[in-house]
Amino acid sequence: MAFAPSSTTSGMHLPDGARDLVKILVAGPFGVGKTTLIDSVSEIRPLHTEERLSEASAPVDDLDGIREKSTTTVAIDFGRVSLNGGIVLYLFGTPGQERFRSLWEDIAYGALGALVLVDSRRVDASFDVLGLVEESGLPYAVAFNAFPDAPSHYTEDQLRAALDLEPDTPMVTCDARDTNSSVDALLALVQHLIDRHPPETR
Amino acid sequence: MSRRPGGRPLVPAYLSTGGVARPSRPHLERLSVLTRSGEPAPSGLPAAELALLEALDGGSLTVVEAAAHLRLPVSAVRVLAGALLDRDLVLARAPIPPAERFDPDLLKRVADGLRALKHD
Repeated sequence: MAFAPSSTTSGMHLPDGARDLVKILVAGPFGVGKTTLIDSVSEIRPLHTEERLSEASAPVDDLDGIREKSTTTVAIDFGRVSLNGGIVLYLFGTPGQERFRSLWEDIAYGALGALVLVDSRRVDASFDVLGLVEESGLPYAVAFNAFPDAPSHYTEDQLRAALDLEPDTPMVTCDARDTNSSVDALLALVQHLIDRHPPETR
Repeated sequence: MSRRPGGRPLVPAYLSTGGVARPSRPHLERLSVLTRSGEPAPSGLPAAELALLEALDGGSLTVVEAAAHLRLPVSAVRVLAGALLDRDLVLARAPIPPAERFDPDLLKRVADGLRALKHD
């Protein structure tokens, strides 16, 4: 990307002609490559907001000090890319732990769907996020971020079984550092969304 | 808005809204688009509201982008934007025009747009 470090002038505001603003969640555990994927697609340097978790964490730590609760924050990264025809796509990196539930609902509101990033070296780290996505009813696709040292001996069936995926849930491998590869993963999700809405039910 | 490099904003989020926790509008989405109405800023506008107004100089921003640039939580920007909407200093629109909300072609247009991003 060719943007100067200071983003206060050009590139900060919405492009002229921006008409339809849509949102896809890039969900996954910490360190799985959410921000890397967002950065490889985004036309702006990814931004972030600091979100407080006080309400979300209240039920589980209500005896453990109010002061600590009020200062728990998490940074939510997001990026933006303008598509043809006045569409602006926002990608929100969304951590998937149970304690983010109420924040999750707010971010997921109005989203087209979720791309769930999975690290095949630690598949179990993605169970929470898959649970949250399924509970929210958001359609999703799974993308394995191809880390160089990831085991390559698992078959697709083994990975599907490990994640307990429905047969029609798309599952792809991607390199989150690579624009084309990240776009392909997003396309797998969007094609899934299109296929879920056959013309006769419109 | 004053800020220290790499540090927290000088105005804490809970003070930026003057202690108001709920926006005056029922729902500003993260991707609701905020635009200046063109009305000049009145004198005596609270500093955080003025900072949001100034962030909209020269173009529109979504609620979440305004929050990121002002280094405030989204919840605080919802409150500030609600106050500016009440004073007709700012206009807000939904992320997708209501008539297109359930446009069946939207997904296809997103797919086409993504394909066009790919380079050989």
